[in-house]
Amino acid sequence: MIEKLQLSWIDYLIMVIYFIFVLGIGWFLRKFMKNANAFLEAGRSIPAWVAGLAFVSTNLGALEVMGMTGSGMKYGMLTTHFYWIGAIPAMIFLALFMMPFYYGSKARSVPEFLKLRYDEKTRALNAILFALMTILASGISMYALAILMENVLGWDFNISLWMAALIVLIYTYLGGLSSAIYNEVLQFFIIVIGLLPLVFLSLKDVGGWSGLKESLAPISTSHGFAPDAYATTWKYTAHASSNPLGVEWFGILFGLGFVLSFGYWCTNFLIVQRAFAAESKTAARKVPLIGAIPKMFIPFLIIVPGVIALVLMNDPGKGFSLPTDASGKPIYDYTIIMLLKQYFPAGILGLGITALLASFMSGMAGNISAFNAVWTYDIYQSYIRKRTDNEAADDRHYLNVGRIATVGSVLLSIASAYIASKFGNIMDFLQTIFSMINAPLFAVIFLGMFWKKTTGHAAFTGLLLGFLMALLHHGLTAPVGATTMFKGGWIGVVYTYPVEMAQNFWTAIIAFTVSTTVTVGLSFVTRLGKTEAELKGLVYSLTPRTIEEDVAWYKRPAGLAIIVGVLCLILSILFW
Amino acid sequence: MLDIRIPIGLMFSILGFLVSIFGLVTLNDDMYSRSLGFNVNLIMGIIMLVFGLIMLFFAFKKKA
Repeated sequence: MIEKLQLSWIDYLIMVIYFIFVLGIGWFLRKFMKNANAFLEAGRSIPAWVAGLAFVSTNLGALEVMGMTGSGMKYGMLTTHFYWIGAIPAMIFLALFMMPFYYGSKARSVPEFLKLRYDEKTRALNAILFALMTILASGISMYALAILMENVLGWDFNISLWMAALIVLIYTYLGGLSSAIYNEVLQFFIIVIGLLPLVFLSLKDVGGWSGLKESLAPISTSHGFAPDAYATTWKYTAHASSNPLGVEWFGILFGLGFVLSFGYWCTNFLIVQRAFAAESKTAARKVPLIGAIPKMFIPFLIIVPGVIALVLMNDPGKGFSLPTDASGKPIYDYTIIMLLKQYFPAGILGLGITALLASFMSGMAGNISAFNAVWTYDIYQSYIRKRTDNEAADDRHYLNVGRIATVGSVLLSIASAYIASKFGNIMDFLQTIFSMINAPLFAVIFLGMFWKKTTGHAAFTGLLLGFLMALLHHGLTAPVGATTMFKGGWIGVVYTYPVEMAQNFWTAIIAFTVSTTVTVGLSFVTRLGKTEAELKGLVYSLTPRTIEEDVAWYKRPAGLAIIVGVLCLILSILFW
Repeated sequence: MLDIRIPIGLMFSILGFLVSIFGLVTLNDDMYSRSLGFNVNLIMGIIMLVFGLIMLFFAFKKKA
């Protein structure tokens, strides 16, 4: 397929040093893992800046890194929508309006919050779907790592898979969530430092930002767009057909910016767990905001090189190309690896490869730690063996359950990775299906936090119906050029979308709207099942206002939010 | 529990040191034609070393 990348001794040395530190952190933390709370919730003692960087790092999995660079090649600067409108507003909202209730409720997971606010069946639905989703995601991540190492470095698929799994298993078994979080911070820095030279080198190679824009113009016009369509973000979004993303502003704003984005950032326990682990409610509120700052600048690290790669592809003198798959289509996911190959000599190359390995592992460990908490607290503790009066014995028991869950989930992930290697399309399909729960989940949680009359029966039904409607929509529509049933239209094609992205956005919008309507409507005709006293701290109108500590305005969550919002606005305007 | 600045500072100081030395040893090597002539190993090595040392400085700074 492609010429294998040759690594030299310095590259391997860098990798080995990195892994020594990763395992070392796990080893160091093992003596602090005295009970389930320490193992599964990091003892709720993580400082805001650490949790904030872990928050953004969990999301910076390799699939995100590889995917976004590839998307930069396909969509140009419009890819930044996934960050500036597709993440930042949701992170601000989570920090300011939802974290107080999440953290204050003392729920140890998102499903547990659902139980406290609604009822057992709502929790069960979320817990089971989420548990399945994390194993799936972890397996897909492992598979992607092994296949990348095989194709690019010539490493044996099975060895890469089991070695990576073993490393993640060791440090999460020893140090639990704390180990995952601290390693995610380490991973954040290695990813930034490993990929930073790429931005500078590739940008210089195409003549800076102005040289890039100039070179993009003929490519843009050859695709039928205005010359600066690849270098702008909102300017050509009046019509779906005038921009490379293929979506108009309404779909971007409401599909991506609101529904998909809030559905992911505000409810996905994988991410939110990092805020739950913070040392105080104020710290927890600051976590998404602290994470938002690097998140905002990551486009320059990941997306811009992708856009540059588009120019390189079209310039025969540069000698840059992407490997193609069986049908001759370029594999966009390999853009970042080809860029590393293009510009990085030995030494820095080892750093870049380590950065990619690090991002794979942070994705895996994040999923494992989220699964462990949900399994132990929401499934095992709720349905298999409940708490007894003997707290000390309970603590030891649940700690063991957490540890066993770590081993179990890694093994299940490996199995999931092998399934992905045989049935890749099915795995992608399942991921699409599972993510359809996000928008309804956001609707139900939001309503729960801000309207005291939302009932458990309504929430459960709203969640289920929203999810089923999304499924129905996916089954009845397909994007243009869909080759398999897994892309949609598996019931029958009633409507065709110009691009897959548009189909995703509308699936989410429909799911959200149905959920909200059903939940609100049914809340009027079902019984609440909880007293106002039970809901104190879980709903806005029933929670006393907390007195904020007397610190400088920019250290308060609200002040930080304003800074984040303004910075993001400036970036959006700059790249309009 | 753990001041993460210590392992971060330590790791980047070590990596920075090693990569800078490698950069010095391979000064003017052909391989830097790929990186547009820049000795990225020396540059990034120094950057990492400085970053690592700053992290360690903040980790060990005595509280006023």
